[in-house]
Amino acid sequence: MADVVEEIRKRILVLDGAMGTMLQRYNFTEDDFRGSRFKDFKHPLKGNNDLLSLTQPEAIAEVHRKYFEAGADIVETNTFSGTTIGMADYHMGDLVYELNFESAKIAKQVAEEFTKANPKKPRFVAGSIGPTNRTASLSPDVNRPEYRAVTFNELRIAYKQQVEALIDGGSDILLVETIFDTLNAKAALFAIQEVKEERNIDIPVMVSGTITDASGRTLSGQTVEAFLISISHIPLLSVGFNCALGADQLQPYLKRLSHETEFYISAHPNAGLPNAFGEYDQTAKQMQQLIENYLKDGLVNIIGGCCGTTPEHIKAIAEVAANYKPRAVGSSAVENF
Amino acid sequence: MKENKNRYLKLSGLEPLIITPESNFINVGERTNVTGSRKFLRLIKEENYAEALDVARDQVEGGAQIIDVNMDEGMLDGKHAMVTFLNLIASEPDIARLPIMIDSSKWDIIEAGLQVVQGKSVVNSISLKEGEATFIHHAKLIKRYGAAVIVMAFDEDGQADTYERRIEICKRSYNILVNQVHFPPEDIIFDPNIFPVATGMEEHRLNALDFFNATKWIKENLPYASVSGGVSNVSFSFRGNNVVREAINAAFLYHAIQHGMNMGIVNPTMLEVYDEIPKDLLEHVEDVLFDKRDDATERLLQFAETVKGQKKDDVAKVQEWRSEPLQDRITHALVKGIDAFIVEDVEEARQVVNKPIEVIEGHLMIGMNVVGDLFGSGKMFLPQVVKSARVMKKAVAYLQPYIEAEKKAPKSPKGTLHWKTADPLLYSLLKDFAKQMRNQPTEAESLLWNVLSNKQLDGFKFRRQHIIGSYIADFICLKANLIVEVDGSIHQLPENKTSDEERTKWLENEGYRVVRFTNEEVLGKLDDVLTRIKENLAVPPLEVRRQGKVLMATVKGDVHDIGKNIVSVVLGCNNYEIVDLGVMVPPEKIIETAKKENVDVIGLSGLITPSLDEMVYVSQEMEKQGFNIPLLIGGATTSRAHSAVKIAPHYSNTVVHVNDASRAVTVVGNLLQKDNKVYKEQIREEYEKFREQFLKRGKQKEYVSIEEARERKFKIDWKTTEIVKPKQLGIQDIQDFDITILEDYIDWSPFFRSWDLHGKYPDILTDNIVGKQATELFKDAKVLLQKVFDEKLLKAKAVFGLFPANTVNDDDIEVTVENQIPNTKHQFLTLRQQLKKREGVPNFALADFIAPKDTGIQDYIGCFCVTTGFGTEELAKEFEANHDDYNSIMIKALADRLAEAFAEYLHKEVRTKHWNYASEEHLTNEELIAENYKGIRPAPGYPACPDHLEKKTIWDILKVEETIGVKLTESLAMWPAASVSGYYFANPEAKYFGLGKITKDQLEDYAKRRNISKEAANKWLNPNLTN
Repeated sequence: MADVVEEIRKRILVLDGAMGTMLQRYNFTEDDFRGSRFKDFKHPLKGNNDLLSLTQPEAIAEVHRKYFEAGADIVETNTFSGTTIGMADYHMGDLVYELNFESAKIAKQVAEEFTKANPKKPRFVAGSIGPTNRTASLSPDVNRPEYRAVTFNELRIAYKQQVEALIDGGSDILLVETIFDTLNAKAALFAIQEVKEERNIDIPVMVSGTITDASGRTLSGQTVEAFLISISHIPLLSVGFNCALGADQLQPYLKRLSHETEFYISAHPNAGLPNAFGEYDQTAKQMQQLIENYLKDGLVNIIGGCCGTTPEHIKAIAEVAANYKPRAVGSSAVENF
Repeated sequence: MKENKNRYLKLSGLEPLIITPESNFINVGERTNVTGSRKFLRLIKEENYAEALDVARDQVEGGAQIIDVNMDEGMLDGKHAMVTFLNLIASEPDIARLPIMIDSSKWDIIEAGLQVVQGKSVVNSISLKEGEATFIHHAKLIKRYGAAVIVMAFDEDGQADTYERRIEICKRSYNILVNQVHFPPEDIIFDPNIFPVATGMEEHRLNALDFFNATKWIKENLPYASVSGGVSNVSFSFRGNNVVREAINAAFLYHAIQHGMNMGIVNPTMLEVYDEIPKDLLEHVEDVLFDKRDDATERLLQFAETVKGQKKDDVAKVQEWRSEPLQDRITHALVKGIDAFIVEDVEEARQVVNKPIEVIEGHLMIGMNVVGDLFGSGKMFLPQVVKSARVMKKAVAYLQPYIEAEKKAPKSPKGTLHWKTADPLLYSLLKDFAKQMRNQPTEAESLLWNVLSNKQLDGFKFRRQHIIGSYIADFICLKANLIVEVDGSIHQLPENKTSDEERTKWLENEGYRVVRFTNEEVLGKLDDVLTRIKENLAVPPLEVRRQGKVLMATVKGDVHDIGKNIVSVVLGCNNYEIVDLGVMVPPEKIIETAKKENVDVIGLSGLITPSLDEMVYVSQEMEKQGFNIPLLIGGATTSRAHSAVKIAPHYSNTVVHVNDASRAVTVVGNLLQKDNKVYKEQIREEYEKFREQFLKRGKQKEYVSIEEARERKFKIDWKTTEIVKPKQLGIQDIQDFDITILEDYIDWSPFFRSWDLHGKYPDILTDNIVGKQATELFKDAKVLLQKVFDEKLLKAKAVFGLFPANTVNDDDIEVTVENQIPNTKHQFLTLRQQLKKREGVPNFALADFIAPKDTGIQDYIGCFCVTTGFGTEELAKEFEANHDDYNSIMIKALADRLAEAFAEYLHKEVRTKHWNYASEEHLTNEELIAENYKGIRPAPGYPACPDHLEKKTIWDILKVEETIGVKLTESLAMWPAASVSGYYFANPEAKYFGLGKITKDQLEDYAKRRNISKEAANKWLNPNLTN
């Protein structure tokens, strides 16, 4: 089987675009979310996108297919909120393993279809590991700044379960993404290392942080450099940023990151900043131009899209990425693979 | 291992710390260490974490680059203390920017610490003391947690105390770490043990020198590794002699750095500058460090005696900002989140303002606005803002008792009148009386005053013969709001005499507790009396009322709540009561809870795009349910534009988009303050302007032509709609209406508004801020109203008519008045909305509610004029003549209310009797006011029909002036003012709307229809014209 580590040396790899944006187009109702299996579930389920891997698997496969057709090398599993912590709000903690396993399986099947059709362009599945909706280094209660709504161990255990299911389902890569609290990410990385050691396997890990605002910091307050230092203790396939900002706002931070690390660099920005109505109106063409600036500067090895991006965006990005060489990486960072 | 120039020790807190060979010595702050600082130990033991954090902050400000935290003390739960303190540091961004050194000899404390730091920290320390297996296990975990490590020169045989042992252990440790654990060599820091010098013991003579040499060896032989150490230990034998200690520390450090030590634990305030050590002292010290002479120790000890006790200049850092002006200090404290001085600064501010509340509204808000601006521009980030909020809370908490006292404590009537002070009219009279009483106390009073005066009773200050309202209290403790009265000697002005019971009730209403004793009790059982007073003083004062209640919810279908929680805590900090419904909250629950909890503000949050629609839906529900409280909108996808364009139009009260937590306090504060009218209107205007601009900016034209607007008219299905022929067609009048009937129909809320008291009746009467005043006003109004009723001071008259009518030419309503001379046909001209609207949303005109003539269906319309104004002018003049402006205004306000009530009453009569299309209608007064009935009664000059000229048509049709005497002025105002005129539309689909702007084409068309010049039309409709 082709190896992503081999492929990334050859060319710029293209990651897919937004899953949520695509799913919104289906206008799924509460009933659609429930399917027949959760018809009588006591709690509302609309909005639980991860659940669609079980109740609307065809839609999920279709989205993956569209991104592969657009030229993506890697698609992300539909598991952004797939931890016991993320699912607690939907009272679906028990389903976490199944959700992740099935999501990875769906993505893997589609990836294999495409690889089979064109073995020269092997396709990969990145198991998406989101930040959860709790922060391990910030207190939600200002009167008790020492309080934490979630502990490292709780996160580690939850992530471990997700990681195991994602691997079992066939993920080729693990992608810890949209990191707004580095301590959460550290717990995920800790869990990944545990699983790797217990199973005596290796699997490439991508880490992608989120710069939330004009301060140029993560939500938990770290600068780009501090963030990088805090997650560089395990071998990574890539480090990068995604979400919150558009390609142009993200560029200065990618430059700083690129300057400081010898890991491969990934970026999956939003399709610009949302307009007043939460819609992203940066067109594929516009985004393509902005991404081309990354490519001219030799900033990235993996490029894709986050909120608001669609197969049209990815197609445009893939087209332009094909014309450029990947960012050159000095030396040892990825030697472990 | 490849040669790599980039292998530097990299650490991080919120910011990076990269240690290169070129870096200066890295200074580790050591005072947050319970083994090294007795003060810090005491603070941790007492759980005084606030001050413990100050210790950490002092170190940061003193130049530390890493913070060492150690909680190893037998009496402490070290793990708990470590986690708590590190979590606290995480919420202090000015400290958390530095990497942490987790310092413990116990692995479980180290691991607990590693689990709560987001940055790359340093473990201090591990060693081979317990063998290789443990060493490897710990090292592996440290690597996995992402930390660097200090390795002590310690092995199974003990601590390395010679040069050889040091290099042996360090080499072995290094090899295990790098080759077996694959620990990055740049993350290894050796501590080759700094031992005290000049102890007098022979085996300690080489302590410093061996350290220097071992350091040099490590740097030369163990690539990328760092060397660190606890510097103060070297001068341990000179404790108590700071001059010598600081010199030894400085000299040792200087030479250790020369030999390659690149970081260390140093107390910067216990360090002399090497170059400033007196030459003779330095020589003695260096003799010891380098073991230059056999008698080096002896000589230093002797020399030490000569400098002992020399007082050094106090180097305690002067905190410069403390000498800045008051406002700057308060702002600084808020921006930096420093709460140490906020109480004293706020107290200083309190002294210079008139009312304690002004400190919050002034000094503190100015500071918070700076915080908000910095946050908004990305110069501050969230944890700092949350910290600012904490300082704010502390300040507010300090001010709260003063604000409460201010509300209750009587004050002299100097300056502006305050409605809770002593009755101003009676004050001077009472003052003299009180003075007299103080000079002539009864025996019991004298006795009690003897023990209460001069804060003798538990330090509580009592005053005697104090004026409260129109009463004089015998004794009062203002702080505790406690009044002590002695029986029989309650001094009242004869004209003010009321029963004890009544007085007590009044005082209790005002928030005072009254305790009463007889003369005999005071004279005979003084001890019992004092015990009872003490008991009453111990009762906490009436609960401090929260600023307001805020409901917070993440809307249905959305589970993101971080931002919402932050806003909640920040508001909570500012003394708002938060009702947090959590995530995925259905609109019904929001509405229901808001009602049940009687909240003052609703805050909706959401992050995903569909949440925006949910928010719109909630706002519509709020409107439907008649909510009258502000709505806050927040969350990542929300925007001011969305709030202005999509939400605000659905909701009549204020809608505000709050884009960050620090702004929330200011916004909610402004919304809930008493005089919020201006603020709310400002927001409304701003949003309207914004909305207009936003819509203008759209690709389409802003307005459609009048033709197009007519095509897009509101279409009632005339075949199925309900049209009822009035029971009594034609004109009727009422000449002398029994005005007392109207009392029940009065909508009192606007009455209070006319007095600048804002709130909904009847809640306003019990409102915390204006309730008292509103109640008094209401009482006075009722008195005057009764007088009006009893003495028939105002006359109520009405004229109204119901006529066959049909819409002609789209926008005109043709009215047929039977038997009228000179003509029976009249036309009401209506105006049509021209704003470009979404597909499916009609452009309204009032004519749309009447069946067009070409349908062949006979429809009907009514019009009316009522007045209760006759007599108002005379009464007002009479009051004015008596210098009673209060009642002069009052009568006008009442007449206005009565006119509105009359219009409401008459409309009901028309619906249920004269027209009789709603004979089944049974509505309460509240429902009437809320206009929960079928049909509308729009009035010329109001939003649906801004055209005042229409009044002329009404006057013509009804012969208003001739029948009831109400005239139209030149500018078409009605006289007397307390009059209402308008139309009646009965169609169930008729509704109120606002015309908005119209364009030139409609104006020209209108001028023709009205048969007036374009200039005249322009004059009358000017406010509604575009441009």
